[in-house]
Amino acid sequence: MSVQATQATFVPRLGARRAIGSAFHLFCVLMLLLAVAALGILLVRVVMDGWAWLSMQFLTSFPSILNPESGGIKHALHGTIWLIVLTGVVSVPLGIGAAVYLQEYASSNRLTRFIQLNIANLAGVPSIVYGILGLAVFVRSLALGRSVIAGALTMSLLILPVIIIASKEALAAVPNSIRLAAYALGATRWQVVRHHVLPAAAPGIMTGIILALSRAIGEAAPLIMLGALNYVPFVPTGLTSPFSALPIQIFSWTGLPQPEFHHLAAAAIIVLLAVLLTMNAVAIGIRMYQQKDRL
Amino acid sequence: MPLVQEPAIPASLKPFRPLPDRRTASGGGETAAEPAIVTENLSIRYGHFTAVSNVSMAIPPRQVTAIIGPSGCGKSTLLRSFNRMNDFTPNLSVSGRVLYRGRDVYDPQTDPVELRRTIGMVFQKPNPFPKSIFRNVAWGAAINGFTGSLDELVEQSLRRAALWDEVKDKLHSSALALSGGQQQRLCIARAIALQPDVLLMDEPCSALDPIATTRIEDLIDNLKKHYTVVLVTHNMQQAARVSDRTAFMYMGELVEYGKTDDIFTHPSNPRTQDYITGRFG
Repeated sequence: MSVQATQATFVPRLGARRAIGSAFHLFCVLMLLLAVAALGILLVRVVMDGWAWLSMQFLTSFPSILNPESGGIKHALHGTIWLIVLTGVVSVPLGIGAAVYLQEYASSNRLTRFIQLNIANLAGVPSIVYGILGLAVFVRSLALGRSVIAGALTMSLLILPVIIIASKEALAAVPNSIRLAAYALGATRWQVVRHHVLPAAAPGIMTGIILALSRAIGEAAPLIMLGALNYVPFVPTGLTSPFSALPIQIFSWTGLPQPEFHHLAAAAIIVLLAVLLTMNAVAIGIRMYQQKDRL
Repeated sequence: MPLVQEPAIPASLKPFRPLPDRRTASGGGETAAEPAIVTENLSIRYGHFTAVSNVSMAIPPRQVTAIIGPSGCGKSTLLRSFNRMNDFTPNLSVSGRVLYRGRDVYDPQTDPVELRRTIGMVFQKPNPFPKSIFRNVAWGAAINGFTGSLDELVEQSLRRAALWDEVKDKLHSSALALSGGQQQRLCIARAIALQPDVLLMDEPCSALDPIATTRIEDLIDNLKKHYTVVLVTHNMQQAARVSDRTAFMYMGELVEYGKTDDIFTHPSNPRTQDYITGRFG
């Protein structure tokens, strides 16, 4: 039986297809511009409001209710640095360790899947809930008080799911052929993970850590819940010191009616952004150093 | 291409544990030497699917043994049971025995990490580590407690893999910059840097062009002076060219196994005859 040629012909509608393509292209560009513009306006307004108020004295003085011009963010800046370093020290080893276990060691059974599902859900829990948990567990039950370590532990809980999920994805993206090649050379699982899987996943893990710590540095709600203070006339001296942090200071200044405090808040936002960018720059530096080291 | 014959690599790697003197039936008969690997009624299943069915064969030392057969016939699964690379496949069950130099590979007492140092493997797709050429070759020895000079070891391994002249000036640049054929020879160098006894090759040329394939085949011919080579291939001409003995597998069963010349000139089984004359597969 021979194949019959069908009567229907092709209707290419090339013009219409091209028009749809161009329209979609334009739509994407517009969306990008909109997103960038919103961010840009925000940044420009903050810089306009706060730039003139930035000075060494702003960084090295304690806030003053009576004399806004001479007030500063020494306590909040120190508090934020303490908080973020402690949070990193607690959450990074825990997060990477959990991710390595889930991806490289755990057998794929119902319990593992249950744990993974719950971690994904925990990443979506509102931060204020972590604040309540921190208040109940760290401040009250463990009697750590309204200390910087209680704040850091709460922040660690908040960002752990993000670190675990990002690290696990980065580990899963390492080609299996690399693992098999290493095993075939008589490597133990530890040697495979240490020398091949972790280095290959490091950039992805690092990105996850940066995102997570960036979230922690900007969070005010859980700290307010914990009872971190607005006006602390001293900087933290140890793990159990009371503390404040930049987002809390910004929050409390914007709540005051006098315009001077709004300028102070804008200046503090600029400092917060600077700390964030510095952190990211350091992380990118570490990442580049590691990639060079891998050869 | 010329292969420079190097003096033997200094034996500063700790040798594989001494073998108990347990003799096993040699399936071959033609070879006088004690076989390197013996399988006894070996069956391997993935869940309910039987990939390897009741295979008994003896692989002689210092020869090239080719395993041929159509896709899905179980030849790679069989090969991976020799150094327990199957361990990473979920839902896999093994019955029967695999004996390496008289030792039961699947015995709970056998450490697969130790076993894989002695039975090296080259994979279908070149899979160098994303590190320098030097690190690729040196890593396996370094993690296994090699006490000699890594520089010497790397040079000798690369020479044996016929790659030295092409890479000697860029040992510390990335292995990923090499061509596919060079990467595969690097993977061979990486495997022989551990001074293995047996080298398993799982379709090592299937991702390579004809010229690179020729070089690897020449290399295999040289490697059998030092190592027992087991080569899985779906390329019958390749098996005929490089192997001393050939095993033909079909649907998980070992159909015929013997000297390559015999298999290709007067096979005793009609299925072998059909396969090598290209009637199927």
